[in-house]
Amino acid sequence: MGAGHSHRLYRHGHSPVHALPPHTKLAAVLAFVIVVVSTPREAMWAFAAYAVLLAAVAYAARVPAVFLLKRLLIEVPFVAFAVLLPFVAEGERVDVLGLSLSVNGLWGAWNVLAKGTLGVAASVLLAATTELRELLHGLQRLKLPPLLVQIASFMVRYGDVITDEMRRMRIARESRGFEARGIRHWGVLAKSAGALFIRSYERGERVHLAMVSRGYTGVMPVIDEVAASRAQWSYALALPCAALVVCLLGWTL
Amino acid sequence: MHAPDGFIDVPVSAAAGVLAAGAIAVSLRGARRELDDTARPGAGAGAERTAPLAGLVAAFIFAVQMLNFPVAAGTSGHLLGGALAAILVGPYTGVLCVSVVLLLQSVLFADGGLTALGVNITTMALTTTVVAYALFRGLVKVLPRSRRSVTAASFVAALVSVPASAVVFTLLYAVGGTTDVSIGKVATAMVGVHVLIGLGEAAITALTVGAVIAVRPDLVHGARGLRQKLKLRVNGELVDAPETAEPVPAPARSPRRVWIAGLVTSLVLAGFVSFYASANPDGLEKVAADHGIDKQAEEHAVADSPLADYGVKDVDDARLSGGLAGVIGVGVTVVAGTGVFWAVRRRRTADEQAEATSPAGTSV
Amino acid sequence: MDPVSTASLEVSGLAFAYPDGHQALFGVDFTIGRGERVALLGPNGAGKTTLVLHLNGILTGGAGTVRVAGLEVGRRNMAEIRRRVGIVFQDPDDQLFMPTVREDVAFGPAAAGLKGAELEARVDRALERVGMAEFKDRPPHHLSFGQRRRVAVATVLAMEPEILVLDEPSSNLDPASRRELADILRSLDVTVLMVTHDLPYALELCPRALVLSGGVIAADGPTGDLLADEDLMRAHRLELPYGFDPRSVPAPPGRG
Repeated sequence: MGAGHSHRLYRHGHSPVHALPPHTKLAAVLAFVIVVVSTPREAMWAFAAYAVLLAAVAYAARVPAVFLLKRLLIEVPFVAFAVLLPFVAEGERVDVLGLSLSVNGLWGAWNVLAKGTLGVAASVLLAATTELRELLHGLQRLKLPPLLVQIASFMVRYGDVITDEMRRMRIARESRGFEARGIRHWGVLAKSAGALFIRSYERGERVHLAMVSRGYTGVMPVIDEVAASRAQWSYALALPCAALVVCLLGWTL
Repeated sequence: MHAPDGFIDVPVSAAAGVLAAGAIAVSLRGARRELDDTARPGAGAGAERTAPLAGLVAAFIFAVQMLNFPVAAGTSGHLLGGALAAILVGPYTGVLCVSVVLLLQSVLFADGGLTALGVNITTMALTTTVVAYALFRGLVKVLPRSRRSVTAASFVAALVSVPASAVVFTLLYAVGGTTDVSIGKVATAMVGVHVLIGLGEAAITALTVGAVIAVRPDLVHGARGLRQKLKLRVNGELVDAPETAEPVPAPARSPRRVWIAGLVTSLVLAGFVSFYASANPDGLEKVAADHGIDKQAEEHAVADSPLADYGVKDVDDARLSGGLAGVIGVGVTVVAGTGVFWAVRRRRTADEQAEATSPAGTSV
Repeated sequence: MDPVSTASLEVSGLAFAYPDGHQALFGVDFTIGRGERVALLGPNGAGKTTLVLHLNGILTGGAGTVRVAGLEVGRRNMAEIRRRVGIVFQDPDDQLFMPTVREDVAFGPAAAGLKGAELEARVDRALERVGMAEFKDRPPHHLSFGQRRRVAVATVLAMEPEILVLDEPSSNLDPASRRELADILRSLDVTVLMVTHDLPYALELCPRALVLSGGVIAADGPTGDLLADEDLMRAHRLELPYGFDPRSVPAPPGRG
């Protein structure tokens, strides 16, 4: 999708993780994240164990560490949030290097950081090993409303086309010497946005005609049956199951 | 404001997830009705039209989030789109489109946690569209039936929708936040910042709705039922027939515009708008910056890269300098906010008047 | 199928007005025999698109009838009609809405209930016919415009239509893509109705032409004769490219 496509997280490969059916991966990541989020924050070792689990998956998927770490940057704004928590949170305070910090805030910061990072890392791994189209199939297999999945597929398919139209409009503006420099130019930009909406909507109408012309009646025909074997399910679910064990230990220890 | 995993605790995330799922289920039904084209028999029932039309509108929302609106000094902001979607295609389709955008951002870009998806949809898709649409419809009913009322209503609707979303987020945080931060502090900071962001959102939304209404008024869902303007053919071009009820005021190109530009620039130089509205358009992170920026300026220099993923390109170092000014308190936020509000409204009115006298085209 | 009715397409007395009162068709009559290649020429606003949308029942509700291989276009047999009439729209991006070429070509047959190996074979054959077999797993937006147009033709061929309707097939194509598409269209064994402004292209591909003007068929005859009739051409705002003389061009070859 425009910038989306060129920056897409997907890394082509043939690892066992790549080969797993998309819905098993989606389910595994979701279950893993739920387990991580439910872990008590005091069990610090548990989070280290999760990180090791993810590292193992990354190794199996042959996703280089550098790639993964770079993608983690998306989380940076929240790092900032986490860092300020110790300063603003209530409750008992401790002095560290001359700064008065809230104990509760420190725990909170750790909690947000650890869970957020693990969540992003898991999602990045999913996106890095699963093609866009496959992800959509996966969502469909996971019984998301078909209409919602259709909307998502159309968004993915036409994201590029629309972004490209937007780019051409920008070039057209610039070719005529227009350069948006400040709030004064918002009117012109908003007109472009308005025109873009009209074009998008009208294209939607034409796409609908093209679909109806080929026998569409509101239900997407099934073209690819993505089925997962029991082995594939157990392979994919190994991750959340291992995490669950860690989590349970975290609660009991 | 894409909340990550672990920000809100599990029960509240789950509850928000259920709420979001319910809202989507209702919207899937509602959208069929909204997208049904009753004007053209045989054009197809709503069920068939929903997927392509909502998909294209979602693609539009996704694309328009990448459209940079320059503020000043090399900084720029972008649209969030909830209010715009609600007004253009109706609340149900709006919820669907924004939810799909959020879903794909979460799955494809790891932006916003999977477990926080319910929270994110509740605050950013559900709250913004519902609040914006309710306000919009209410205002359109109350105001005189004209194109300008629609733009004005869009402005207010978008303006309120953003802080409303912040309020809902704060509520969720109050119930299920994982850290004891004074809710008062969070609320003040969140709402303060989001009022500012809401101003930008409001201006852009109103201008965009105005642009669509000028060309294809029939496509603005929220303005359906508004009397269609008669067209006259003048020198081979179609122009709007003059309205008898509402005389068009003379185009005012007043010197005040210069003054307003000065005001805006000075505000921008204060670094406020530039930091908040553009460097990083999501307010939650800004709350962080608001309190921690003096100690954590370095962290923010890094914050550029993830946003590059979304094509917020026009951000350079000016942003950091602008950001440093962000420590100014919430009190100043309100003062500045009032100023910008006034300025933008003026500017918008001037725009409209200009538009009213010269027929607007699709060309850009 | 009824062996008596050999015509692929019969349109009689077709009239249609849009709900806003604008009337686009004022009684259109013509017949296209099986295997014919016919060009539909006409100035902008003549009602060409409106007519095309009637052929597979997207627009209905006016007067007159449309029959495809003897089957009347109407609510009852809409699914069969849409299988029999393959429309290739002007902008291939509108037509190619699935994530990959393969899925897009499979869309129509799958909607008609085809599955598995049969579906796969159908897709392969359609892509083969337009020379795009090797692009099967590519996303459509990574193809060139000419390639996308060819895939768009394949999406329709996959449904094994009775009649292929092309809306401005040569628009936006470079000369090489134009020739490639012409070769493909000539090689197909289906009835073709080609809506176009591109008069040389019509002459090259279609032995017969119809002129639609003012919502009625204003002329019907061999393409070469119509294009050579200067008065007719002028009356209907049809212009040949500079320096092009239809009389100097050899008659279009028959079935290739």
